[in-house]
Amino acid sequence: MAQTFHSTVGSRHYRFKSLAELMAKATPARSGDRLAGVIAESAEERVVAQMVLAELPLTIFLNEALIPYEQDEITRLIIDDHDAEAFASIRHLTVGDFRNWLLSDQATSEALTAVRSGITPEMAAAVSKLMRNQDLILVGKKCRVTTAFRNTIGLPGRLSTRLQPNHPTDDVTGIAASILDGLLYGSGDAVIGINPATDNVAQSVKLMRLMDDVIQKYQIPTQSCVLTHVTNTLEAIEQGAPVDLVFQSIGGTEATNRSFGFDLSTLAEAEAAAQSLNRGTVGRNVMYFETGQGSSLSADAHHGLDQQTCEARAYAVARKFSPLLVNTVVGFIGPEYLFDGKEITRAGLEDHFCGKLLGVPMGCDVCYTNHAEADQNDMDNLLTLLGVAGCNFVMGIPGSDDIMLNYQTTSFHDALYARRVLGLKAAPEFERWLAEMQIFKDVQTHRLNDQLPAAFANSLSYLPKEPRHDA
Amino acid sequence: MTPNPSPIVVENPWEKLRAFTDARIGLGRAGVSLPTSKLLEFQLAHAQAQDAVHFPLEVDRLANQLQEAFALEEAPLRLHSQAEDRAMYLQRPDLGRRLNDGSKERLQASAASQSRAALAVVMVDGLSALAVQQNSLPFLKALYQQFEQDAAEWPLAPLTIVEQGRVAIGDEIGALFNADAVLVMIGERPGLSSPDSLGLYMTWAPKPGLKDDRRNCISNVRPAGLQMAEAARRLFLLLKEARQEKLSGVKLKDRSEDNVLEGDAAATDLTQNFLVAD
Repeated sequence: MAQTFHSTVGSRHYRFKSLAELMAKATPARSGDRLAGVIAESAEERVVAQMVLAELPLTIFLNEALIPYEQDEITRLIIDDHDAEAFASIRHLTVGDFRNWLLSDQATSEALTAVRSGITPEMAAAVSKLMRNQDLILVGKKCRVTTAFRNTIGLPGRLSTRLQPNHPTDDVTGIAASILDGLLYGSGDAVIGINPATDNVAQSVKLMRLMDDVIQKYQIPTQSCVLTHVTNTLEAIEQGAPVDLVFQSIGGTEATNRSFGFDLSTLAEAEAAAQSLNRGTVGRNVMYFETGQGSSLSADAHHGLDQQTCEARAYAVARKFSPLLVNTVVGFIGPEYLFDGKEITRAGLEDHFCGKLLGVPMGCDVCYTNHAEADQNDMDNLLTLLGVAGCNFVMGIPGSDDIMLNYQTTSFHDALYARRVLGLKAAPEFERWLAEMQIFKDVQTHRLNDQLPAAFANSLSYLPKEPRHDA
Repeated sequence: MTPNPSPIVVENPWEKLRAFTDARIGLGRAGVSLPTSKLLEFQLAHAQAQDAVHFPLEVDRLANQLQEAFALEEAPLRLHSQAEDRAMYLQRPDLGRRLNDGSKERLQASAASQSRAALAVVMVDGLSALAVQQNSLPFLKALYQQFEQDAAEWPLAPLTIVEQGRVAIGDEIGALFNADAVLVMIGERPGLSSPDSLGLYMTWAPKPGLKDDRRNCISNVRPAGLQMAEAARRLFLLLKEARQEKLSGVKLKDRSEDNVLEGDAAATDLTQNFLVAD
């Protein structure tokens, strides 16, 4: 019994035959929605859809599921976990008034935290479609989501980085070289996280041990993660491997996640297994999720929804398992979903806003591929905007070039640029370590040490004579 | 007088680690920013990678090389997806997953005369024709060696080459050939340091509509990445296991490296590197 929606502008009459269609047509233009055939057919239709959406009560999203409750465990999660008490103070609002409230002086950081569990992903997605980029930044900055494992991530005035030392053959010396480079540029407080080139249990265990050895030797207040399938990490835990964080790519529909080879019960099992290891020192957030607009459509599992609404639903999955980090890999998926720098920028700001509003510790892989219409200047812009918006973390990679995944993301240098121009700092525990290790001459003014710190000068003397390539 | 001002560009003494990786480490810095020379090196690499996306596959040349090298009676089948050109290919992945009508007819005609095959091998341009152009033949030579050394029989369907194709197009081809499994060899998205990376996707019981959880992938096959012989060895192990278990994808774990793990001591040695040497 799906509701239809109507509006007339001048002599033109518009009809939207479902809430899902209305949401899709109200979405700022992007190639993925065009590919899915759900995009507005004209600029006018898009704004009319936004106007109709603005008049709808927030409660409609509790009464009318975009994907049927019976068909999708993410819908069941969203409805069953909805907190009516937290929702009470905003339940009378329309989507348009919700935007006003979010921007208003009433919506302090504390107020936003209090209503968080009463907001569903569809409400967040709907209101974001009415917001300009500056609205997404302003409200995103007010939302605070702090998590902890061996350090504390997401505090105001902090910007953390994932050190991503990927290597195309998982060569241990090559990986160690990138880790050293990153640490000496102050990177790695969010996580030292490797995407393995060879995705099996044995390889993952080897990389986990490598990172654990480094973290222990230099007493680094950070955590490691191998970005392998959740079932591989579960097996690694059974084998006694040193697992800090469990990784999984997640999507906003049950069918997307099945195409990734897991369901919610798998994630629950993984979270419990990782927590049982008790490896955190200042917190117990043990999950690391990655998302990105377009993944549901790519898996043919989008149920006719627009890609941004699917993405917001993935944050319901994320928040169920109290992650340390959630990373929207915004430009990785390619130009068929986000065509150019403008679309990537908009999506990055939407994802950060929706994630934070829902209480997810949002970071962003500010990135692009070589077949997208984007370049380093687009990434500079998005990085700066996200830094202003209070994004929890970004990636750090040598010279922006991921030589394993074949895309460009933010570099160690880029993160220092953002910290310097915006006055942002690393996680407090990690910041102290950077000073103690003399990696920085002055942490407060972001001045790196011109000399090689003693502990690392010593390590360089152990270099093998000949380059070896032991995959 | 300013005592010992920092140099304008600070070099990184660990730059010598570049001998161990292609990663852009030890770049040095002007303040916290990239020195001009490193900035321009990056811009050149990005320009070249963008160009690689648009480089077309020389299908005739590849077909001739394969026919000659393997003494094939008939040349590999030339197929084309429903994406007519690169611009359409980039924006319509759905069209890149389906054969156009002419290709389907040619394939059906060829399949009619074939008996059941253990494997259909499909070469697809993907996002780097360069990868397929340069690496297909050396990889297949290495793979055929694995087949020859095995006691079991591995009858192959005719080789196929697809233009403007995506991974899933192999499902349709494998199904039309009635093959037990399909191997798609496809050009991966070009990176700044690796415009020639080949990806291998193996799918058991291929048929249109399968999702990615049913595939096993081996990535970065290229002279400066995963070597042909090693890639062939790993793929062959996957194939044997798929044949035994009658499945592929996440339910079929890649065990190709498990033999290197013989307990904790061995595993620790494998992680030995200069950062934790003492």
